[in-house]
This record gives sequence, C-alpha cells and structure tokens, in this order.
Amino acid sequence: RLLFMASGNYMFVIVGEDDTPIYEVEFLNTQRREDTSHLNQFIIHAALDMVDELVWGTHSMYLKCVDKFNDFNISAFVTAGHIKLMLLHDVRNDDGIRNFFNDVYELFVRVLMNPFYRPNAPITSTFDARVKLLGRKYF
Amino acid sequence: QKAETEMSAVRLNRAGDTAFAKVEKVSSELFSLTYGAVVMQVIKDYEEVDATNAQLEKMGYNIGVRLVDEFLAKAQVSACQSFQDTAEVIAKVGFKMFLGVNAEVVKTTGDEFTLQLSDNPLAEFVELPEQYAKLEYSGMLCGVLRGALEMVQMRVTCTLVRDVLWGDDVTEIRVVLQEMLNEEYHDDED
Repeated sequence: RLLFMASGNYMFVIVGEDDTPIYEVEFLNTQRREDTSHLNQFIIHAALDMVDELVWGTHSMYLKCVDKFNDFNISAFVTAGHIKLMLLHDVRNDDGIRNFFNDVYELFVRVLMNPFYRPNAPITSTFDARVKLLGRKYF
Repeated sequence: QKAETEMSAVRLNRAGDTAFAKVEKVSSELFSLTYGAVVMQVIKDYEEVDATNAQLEKMGYNIGVRLVDEFLAKAQVSACQSFQDTAEVIAKVGFKMFLGVNAEVVKTTGDEFTLQLSDNPLAEFVELPEQYAKLEYSGMLCGVLRGALEMVQMRVTCTLVRDVLWGDDVTEIRVVLQEMLNEEYHDDED
C-alpha cells in the first residue's frame, strides 16, 4: 500500500557555523512518538559530518539527501556562509523540499541583512511565522 | 488657483527627476547596509535608546547644514514663497534627489507640515528587536531637515511621528516652524 503525497513529519533546523542550532521548527502531520524530539536532534547532529564532506563535491547549495536513519531521511542545504539548513523527514517529497529550502533561504538572507542580527545568534522576529507558512505550503 | 498648484506640482516633480538624474548614484543595498552599520555603532557607543536617538539626530543636523548647498546648486528651484512651498520642494525635489523616493506633504497648517514616506531606503531589511522598540531608526532624516532649514533661515523642530518599523503603515516626519531667523549683518563702521 503506497501513500501518494503522504503527509509526513518534518523537523527543520538551521545550524550555525559552530554546529549549534540557531533555529528549529517541527511540522507534524501524524501522531508523534514521545521519544522522538531528542532523537531527532541527535540524528541531525550526526548528519552534520556527512554534510561537511558532501559540500565540497558540488556547486549546488541543495545537497538533497545526505544521510538516512531508520525511517528518516536527512536533506540538507548549505549556504555560501556554511550555514546548514537541515531537514529531517520520513517521507519523500523532493520538489516540496527543494522549494522549501529555496524559499527559506531567501527569508534567511533577509534576516542576515538586518543590521540588528548578530551572525550565529538565534533567530527570533517574524522569520518563524513565515517559515511555518512555508512548511504548511510545501509539506 | 487649483490649476496653478497642479502645474507647480508638475514642475516640482520634473525638477525632482532632473536633479535625481544629475547626481551620482550608489547601490541602494549598500546604502541601507552602511546606514545600518552606523546605527549599530551609535547604539553600541551610547547604549541607551534616548541617547542614540539624540545622536542620530545630531549627526543628521551636521549632514543637513552641508547638504543644503548641494541641493540649492543642483536643483533648479526658485525661492519659496511660503512654508508650504518649502514643504513641497523638500518632498518632491529634496527627497527625490537624495534618496530617490517621492514623499507626500500631508496634514499642513500655516506653520507645520508632515512628510509622508511610503518607501524608506534607510530602513530596508530592518526589524527592530524588542529592546529597541522606541528607537528612532530614521531619526537622522529629522536632523538633516533641521540642519538644512536652519541654513535657509528657518528654525524648525522635526520629529519622527510614525514609522513602519514601529508597525505603522507609513513613515512620517512632522516639521514645525519655530521661528524665522534674520541674518545678522555686521556693519564695519561699528
């Protein structure tokens, strides 16, 4: 039984230069098991090494799937400043994910251009609301 | 009389476009980012919002006293007959020439007017964090107006009264004429 256009669960994290998260959001479409939150963060963190390797093999910022863990895929998008946009997801959704990354990247660049934003600091402001809208749109 | 004011509005718009065409341009993103860096530095130096606001206005004043000469040299405008003329010239020619944007004159009385900006290149990309909610980010513009008008013998107060950064629809600067200054001539014989 294949689920077409399955609505899966997604966890999106932006990782700064020092490997610390500067933004995090979850898009859940099914019931979540209780233990997954910390596990998700661990999975994403473990995928960072793969990202650091793969980033040199391509000109593209979108790295597609960089790692797998059980049911989960980890997709990544790395900016020119080596900020890593990491997405943990349990369904395939190549187009949606690519579009999500591109749109979030545009929003992220606007955040960087705000003179009040300190690089690698946690992102507050209207960014969160806009990313959630994008998640609802593509996921 | 309406036809007269409409014609002069056309004339002013054209003067604004001409002046804008004459001046050297810079990337607006570079301009916004540079201004942002200036504001951040003033905040760091002065720490408190009120002191920062005062300093930005003062810096604007220093710019304005010099800017007005450039304006009078490059913009082809005749002498203003009234304070309302001054308002229109600032809005249609001054803002166009230096910021590349059109401003509207609204809420005018004899000695006061409000400049309304729908577009403010200084504040592109800016979002004010909570602790700076009272920051007059574009306060430098108020200083520029105050300095420039002082050089043409008008003492005014300029206040940023609305700002898109504060959640308003538009950015507005209120200009109030305090007094006309008389140039002092010193007689050599005395």
